[in-house]
Amino acid sequence: MQNILAGNLRERAYAPPFMRPARRFCTIVFLLGCCAGIGAEPARLPADQIAKAIRLDAISIPTPGELFAALEKPGKPNWVGQMRGPIGTSYKNRAQIALNLGGLIADGFIAVEAKDSQQVKNIGTDIIKLAKALGVSENVLSRGNSINEFAENNEWDALQEELEATQNEVKASMQTHRDQDLVILVSIGGWIRGTQVVSSTVLQNYDERAAKVLRQPALVNFIESKLNEVSPEVRDEPLVKEVSGELPGVEKLVSFPPGKAPTADDVKKVNEAIGKIMSRIETKEEPK
Amino acid sequence: MKLPPPAKALRTSGSSVIAFALSVMMVLAAPESDSEVAARRAALDLAGAFSNEGFKMRDGHWSGMIKPKEPALIAVNLYAGNQYWFSVGATEPAKKIAVNVYDETGKLIQTENYSEGDKAAAGFSPTSSGQYYVLVDLVEGDESSVCLVYSYK
Repeated sequence: MQNILAGNLRERAYAPPFMRPARRFCTIVFLLGCCAGIGAEPARLPADQIAKAIRLDAISIPTPGELFAALEKPGKPNWVGQMRGPIGTSYKNRAQIALNLGGLIADGFIAVEAKDSQQVKNIGTDIIKLAKALGVSENVLSRGNSINEFAENNEWDALQEELEATQNEVKASMQTHRDQDLVILVSIGGWIRGTQVVSSTVLQNYDERAAKVLRQPALVNFIESKLNEVSPEVRDEPLVKEVSGELPGVEKLVSFPPGKAPTADDVKKVNEAIGKIMSRIETKEEPK
Repeated sequence: MKLPPPAKALRTSGSSVIAFALSVMMVLAAPESDSEVAARRAALDLAGAFSNEGFKMRDGHWSGMIKPKEPALIAVNLYAGNQYWFSVGATEPAKKIAVNVYDETGKLIQTENYSEGDKAAAGFSPTSSGQYYVLVDLVEGDESSVCLVYSYK
């Protein structure tokens, strides 16, 4: 019977040198040195540290601009096709105004991506109308003029900054007017409208890379937790209750495995669920 | 992703961008101490360097205090396909700070890093959308104000 050469070769070539005490010592010293050199940062965070991580509306919820920047990496979407007609600006319910205000700001980003200056100006005017209805400060109102000016001059980058600043100023004004509970609604409105646009765009022209941006389970979970923190008055608003009730389902729909792109069918399900929430947010309550 | 040389970039970066961001942030926040304002200015200075490379600065930030061996961990939600830079500024008595990024499972991500005393940045391109964690650590010095901002493109 012939010996199995491979096994013998492996033992002779690799095992004996490593087993020599001097080499083993040098190897251990070298590896320890490498570990020290890599840095003091742990290679993995413990679960309790992750659980205590700081989560803030201002930095943990991405802006529509970030979402759309990722969406257009595989190819320029048909932004014009994603614009919607004018929405109502005479809502009476403050929670509904806040949700629509967020959606409208996302619309502003779409119009900027589409480089449609007239549409940007129209949306700017509507943003100011909704902001006024919430009683926000004069600072916000002056943003409307800046939006018009930048749109006239086709200053698209400046317009993106201005829209983001407008959103933040609205939120800051809400905080100073003790409308803290409405701040998260503006963010939710923007995220829902942004997700509607992304899912619709991906459905029209399926691309795995673009579809990957829909994966945001932690974000939806964060939004749900923020909604649970609002005052009972706001939480018990029928519209807020409905939106809140739909979010666990949406969270499941956007929980794809990391690195795996959702299928066209997955995207369709997200689009339908988000579309349902969006139409409820837009629907004007009939006077009782 | 190529790291722009911050010193050069800072000289040429739009000071208007930084001034704009600072003014908006001043309006947004509650009254802040001088050290918090200085930390934010340092973070915005550094982030301004990336603007020259086409990165847009996110109009939002986190400010706080860090102590030795008590780093701050901030959750962010990022999109696959985008490139990100996380810029941190600190004030005296911080001597050296570090920024590291972890994925949603808590695994350290390979990033490009920049560190110069009380300023540090980490940049990477996520391949998966989702939650990430930015760890801001005080490597040398004592308890200090820090500010984190981020940029994307």
